[in-house]
Amino acid sequence: MEVRVMKGIMDANGEIAAQNREHFAERNISVVNVLASPGAGKTTLIMAICEHLRGKRKVYVVEGDISSSIDAEKLDKMGVSVIQINTGGGCHLDANMLREAISVLSPEEGSLILIENVGNLVCPAAFDLGDSFRLLVASVPEGNDKPYKYVSMFSYADAVVLSKMDLLPYIDFDMANFETGVHALAPAARNIPIYKLSCKTGEGMKSFLEWIEEA
Amino acid sequence: MHEYSITKQIVKMADAEAQTAGGKRILEIRIAAGELSTYVDESIQMYFDIISAGTLAQGAKLVFRRIPAEFFCGQCGENFIKPKSGFECPKCGNVGSRTENEAGFYIESLEVED
Repeated sequence: MEVRVMKGIMDANGEIAAQNREHFAERNISVVNVLASPGAGKTTLIMAICEHLRGKRKVYVVEGDISSSIDAEKLDKMGVSVIQINTGGGCHLDANMLREAISVLSPEEGSLILIENVGNLVCPAAFDLGDSFRLLVASVPEGNDKPYKYVSMFSYADAVVLSKMDLLPYIDFDMANFETGVHALAPAARNIPIYKLSCKTGEGMKSFLEWIEEA
Repeated sequence: MHEYSITKQIVKMADAEAQTAGGKRILEIRIAAGELSTYVDESIQMYFDIISAGTLAQGAKLVFRRIPAEFFCGQCGENFIKPKSGFECPKCGNVGSRTENEAGFYIESLEVED
């Protein structure tokens, strides 16, 4: 006999994500899920945000890594409240991992949580965490074709940072093609901002940091 | 790589549904997935054969149905299926934008032995 099911396979993760989202909304906490390939500059960008908001707003960082605590140690040295999640080979963070991290951190009301997801342009897009928005970091050396290759990840993003802009003169990077790809994947009603910046030279950082202050 | 945790979920859901329906064993599990979703059918099947052992789903066949990714052309109003590469409208050549029809990933139905 046929049994009709029609139930989402990701519903279990989705339910926990919804609970996380509710928990954050009740406490007026903003949660940014930072997504990128390995080496795009997630940690450097997160450090710049923490430095900028020092004394202005309480910031917590959730560090997702397959193994090692290299990034968490860098942030800890800066005096940032950070918690490390080692996924032990897992290619993404899921809503349950975030829930457990939050119960340890117990973030204060009105704070900002930055989640550094595992460096990967595929899997993290399949697992909603209950975040407020998704910030995708793409770097100039990765090339302009990334939106065309990692369609699900670029569809998942609410905002895009194009990092390492100081390397633009040395790399054949077709900016118009990159922008076209990013905008094609944003649903028509949503306007996706692209922040072009360099953490090294400071180029473009001002408008990005102003935007994150409003987050 | 995340197929392992997803397959565990598929087996758990299918097993529970078949038990509720009073089935003796599951013959087939029909799964629908958006074209742009990142799951690899063969990888799910490989994990499935291991994870389903000892459940009602043991030995079941997995059947995947892909839901095509639909795009919309703001220029000429055409709805179209995303070409293999790029996002151009096949009618007028302008770049279309994504609709949200491709987001699903669910179990549609099971065939169980009663």
